[in-house]
Amino acid sequence: MNSNDKNDLIINLEDITYRYPGSEVVVIDSLNLKLFRGNRIGVIAPNGSGKTTLFNIIMGLVKPGSGKIEIFGKPVNTEKDFEQVRRKIGLLFQDSDDQLFSPTVLEDVAFGPLNLGKSPDQARQVAEETLKKLGLNGFEDRITYKLSGGEKRLVALATILAMKPEVLLLDEPNTGLDENTKIRLVEVLRRLDLSYIVISHENDFLYDTTDSIFTMENGKIVPGEKIHRHKHEHPHETHHHHQHGVGSSITFN
Amino acid sequence: MIQEPFSTGTSWIHQIDPKYKIIIATFFSLIIAISKNFQVLLFSLCIAIILVCLARLEIKAVLKRLSVVIFFLILIWITLPLTFEGKAIYNIGPLFISMPGIILCAQITLKSISIILVFIALISTMTIVTLGYTLNSLCVPTKLVHLLLMTYRYIFVIEEEYRRLHKAIKIRGFSPGTNIHSYQTYAYLIGMLFVHASVRAERVSQAMKCRGFNGKFYTLYEGSSGGKNRLFLILMTLIILNLLIMEYLY
Repeated sequence: MNSNDKNDLIINLEDITYRYPGSEVVVIDSLNLKLFRGNRIGVIAPNGSGKTTLFNIIMGLVKPGSGKIEIFGKPVNTEKDFEQVRRKIGLLFQDSDDQLFSPTVLEDVAFGPLNLGKSPDQARQVAEETLKKLGLNGFEDRITYKLSGGEKRLVALATILAMKPEVLLLDEPNTGLDENTKIRLVEVLRRLDLSYIVISHENDFLYDTTDSIFTMENGKIVPGEKIHRHKHEHPHETHHHHQHGVGSSITFN
Repeated sequence: MIQEPFSTGTSWIHQIDPKYKIIIATFFSLIIAISKNFQVLLFSLCIAIILVCLARLEIKAVLKRLSVVIFFLILIWITLPLTFEGKAIYNIGPLFISMPGIILCAQITLKSISIILVFIALISTMTIVTLGYTLNSLCVPTKLVHLLLMTYRYIFVIEEEYRRLHKAIKIRGFSPGTNIHSYQTYAYLIGMLFVHASVRAERVSQAMKCRGFNGKFYTLYEGSSGGKNRLFLILMTLIILNLLIMEYLY
């Protein structure tokens, strides 16, 4: 795997700076981030360190004060550019209630595919397949607001996977889940053949689901402790190499 | 929580295209509302009862829904006959019961019960979502339909937030009274609720954008077509025409 091949560079953030409107505090300060195809990155950091903002910047939901965003090798600036990005990158929100707005599970999972131009029949089929893959068969007609916290999180993940994204951004996917659902989530993430970035409070969860862990400090991403506890049955490139360039870029060899 | 117990069913009425049910329910109620003829009203009530029976709804649940209307009707029966002008049929001291008042009460009673029954039979036999999409396909503005669907989905989330805030003020020893402090506290509570709701709305809208939403809702459900629809449409149109003839020609 030539992970540092330019074609495999999926997300490239350079010198991103962001402050909340009306605030002097710099939440994200000259941040650099590179995500290559196949990478599974964990970010562990305290609340208020700008992790969610980072995801929102990648999705084009908030505009950074300065910096360069390149996704799939192309610079993205306008809302139109980001509409294309959102077709390929799936963001799992911290609060699943924000994500599940349709009354029934099936409609919610089919919402993305319908927006992508699928016919009702195709969308229904994709939704049913996705639910089945996540072990949620029989959930189609359940009412979203009556689901338990764990079920909501898994359905929210299904709504994103149904759009067949190439990359996932997961914002605290394990927060507030019971042990069983956590184990299920770890299994689901490991089975996925996708690149992703996971934000979490829990070291253990990141150990189980990612190849490398970073932290956010002073608005920058810095390498955390290296992981050698690989539990994956299919070994990724186990040789990780962190380079400290200008700012704090992350590169994988 | 809003339950939709009537929307899940397999009866003849449930299988009819929601579009036709909405159109028929609208015209039927309109006729009932403008009619002054007792024959028309009684006939409509019979049709309404037949429709409810055809939908095979639980009688107890239907009566429970009707009880809300009946409460208001009792209020009308108490006040209207005593306050309406017209020929007196009975004197109670300085008050008298007027004949036109009683006739009006009877009309209102028949009308409201029939209309509610028609709506129970035809409208509550579809989910709110189906109602939303169908209204949209019947040219009700998309914005109104979005409002209906979003309110339906998030009203409980907002209620939960209200309960949380209410708990927070309660555990700090707040007990409501008739004083400025209580009013101010409630004003803050409501203000905070609006803030939370708008922040939530922002996040929901972002989540929708992330899934490719561009202002247009697509539906998974396409209207069914077939003999049942045609039969329903023809029968109901004939009934409505019949009612019109009864009202205006006789």
